[in-house]
Amino acid sequence: MNTVVADITYRAMLGRKRIWLLVLLPVALVALAALLRLVNGQDEQTAVLLMKSFAIGTMLPLLGLIAGTGVIAPEIEDGTIIHLLAKPISRPVIAVTKFVVAASLVAVLAAVSTYASAYLLVGSESGVATGFTLGALFGGVAYAAVFLLLGVLTRHAVAVGVIYALVWEGVVGGYVPGARKFSIQQWAQSLADQVSSSPFFSTEVTLGFAVPAMVIVTIGAVVWTGQRLRSLSLTGDD
Amino acid sequence: MTTTSSPVTTRQGVLELAQVSRWYGNVVAVNDVTMTIGPGVTGLLGPNGAGKSTLLHMMAGFLAPSSGTATLDGGRIWHNHEIYRRIGLVPEKEAVYGFLTGWQFVLSSARLHGLPSPGDAAKRALDLVEMTDAAGRRVETYSKGMRQRVKVAAALVHDPQVLLLDEPFNGMDPRQRLHLMDLVRRMGEEGRTILFSSHILEEVERVAHHIEVLVAGRHAASGDYREIRRRMADRPHLFRVRSSDDRRLAAALIADASSSAVSLTEQGVEVQVTDYARFTALLPRMARDLAVHLWQVSPTDEDLESVFSYLISGSSR
Repeated sequence: MNTVVADITYRAMLGRKRIWLLVLLPVALVALAALLRLVNGQDEQTAVLLMKSFAIGTMLPLLGLIAGTGVIAPEIEDGTIIHLLAKPISRPVIAVTKFVVAASLVAVLAAVSTYASAYLLVGSESGVATGFTLGALFGGVAYAAVFLLLGVLTRHAVAVGVIYALVWEGVVGGYVPGARKFSIQQWAQSLADQVSSSPFFSTEVTLGFAVPAMVIVTIGAVVWTGQRLRSLSLTGDD
Repeated sequence: MTTTSSPVTTRQGVLELAQVSRWYGNVVAVNDVTMTIGPGVTGLLGPNGAGKSTLLHMMAGFLAPSSGTATLDGGRIWHNHEIYRRIGLVPEKEAVYGFLTGWQFVLSSARLHGLPSPGDAAKRALDLVEMTDAAGRRVETYSKGMRQRVKVAAALVHDPQVLLLDEPFNGMDPRQRLHLMDLVRRMGEEGRTILFSSHILEEVERVAHHIEVLVAGRHAASGDYREIRRRMADRPHLFRVRSSDDRRLAAALIADASSSAVSLTEQGVEVQVTDYARFTALLPRMARDLAVHLWQVSPTDEDLESVFSYLISGSSR
């Protein structure tokens, strides 16, 4: 972890227009929850549905995508990354720092908005708010790591990330039971289910699989990012 | 940074490329180049597309040679972040964090190097490139030349033994250019190893004591700039001269051994010059003696491509 790299990365993420992209979905989630509360009153089934499909199913992967790729891909694209790489700092340290920035942004924004929206709908009933907040927190961290890796693997990180989030997790994961096991979304829900006692919610992926999978994917993606950065090549215009 | 720091003299700072090639798929960008860059200022000269940036990137640890080795004082450059304690790099790409001020940018560089007094180092580096007054402004408000200077300041902040600059004078106005040239020259005289790329001969000539010429990925020439300049000057030149009496001037020119052919055209006299130095000294005297007014004297094949092509054919002879 390098504080100067973290400082520059936070400034890049929060000081510009990208912050609006980051806060848009969390604000929409809370607004939607407030609207549903006004219309339906306190409704646990609605709360679980909103958490599953919007908070974990939509907001979390998109936040992960924006933050995970955003902390590194634009710098590689425009060449500003040289400022960080041409320094006596090991590349894995830079990768870890970028990951910490992305993960902290996703985790905080996702967890706060998930808790606020679930609390608005059901208060602390059945542990729905706490469960999904925990799922969003750890799921966000894993997403940040995976999309950070995508940011150094391909120049089309956003497109690939959208395809992964929507096609693999959204469509394939929805219809092919086996694919669900390999979905961050499902792992996040598994965590939520562990805490929540809501009868409207159950998951297929066991906690015994979800937690190790999350840890392995997160650590693996960050290590791989560091290795990729070590071999990052620049091609000149000459 | 200081321009008189003592550790510099105790370190060597010799960059070596040994039979280095770099290819992208079937395209060869750099072909079997062997060169040694030692203390002093060396100019890496070549037309656009010659492979200069590729070579610099390999020396800066941002590109692995496809074959051969690139070393700094015998130590591997690729996959070795420790070399950046001794190397400063000014890339050609203009991109700098636009949301930072010049001060924040250079200070961040000093802090990333882990310098004991980053603030002092940043201030000295900004002073050196005359950017102190504009240091409080965001980089995105800078002109191209100012961005270039702030990048130089960030590269110099840790007082590196080796400085690599990729087309550093691009976008600078003449005064800034002269100032940076002077700075580069001074640092070279202090014993630093400085390599800068350029496609402009005059730039290289003004700053470098040694020139490496790269053409189409090949190492075309190497040596003292005067030697290279002489070889460039020795090639046949084609001049076009317009005067108050072309016919009279043409008759006098063909009588002199400096020219091998003279022809009268509608645009003036075209002279095939074989002895460049003699011709350029002779022409004004001849015009004065003949009472002919010279309106225009212009070389017609001075473009770098033809100069470099000549050098390549010369080096392979």
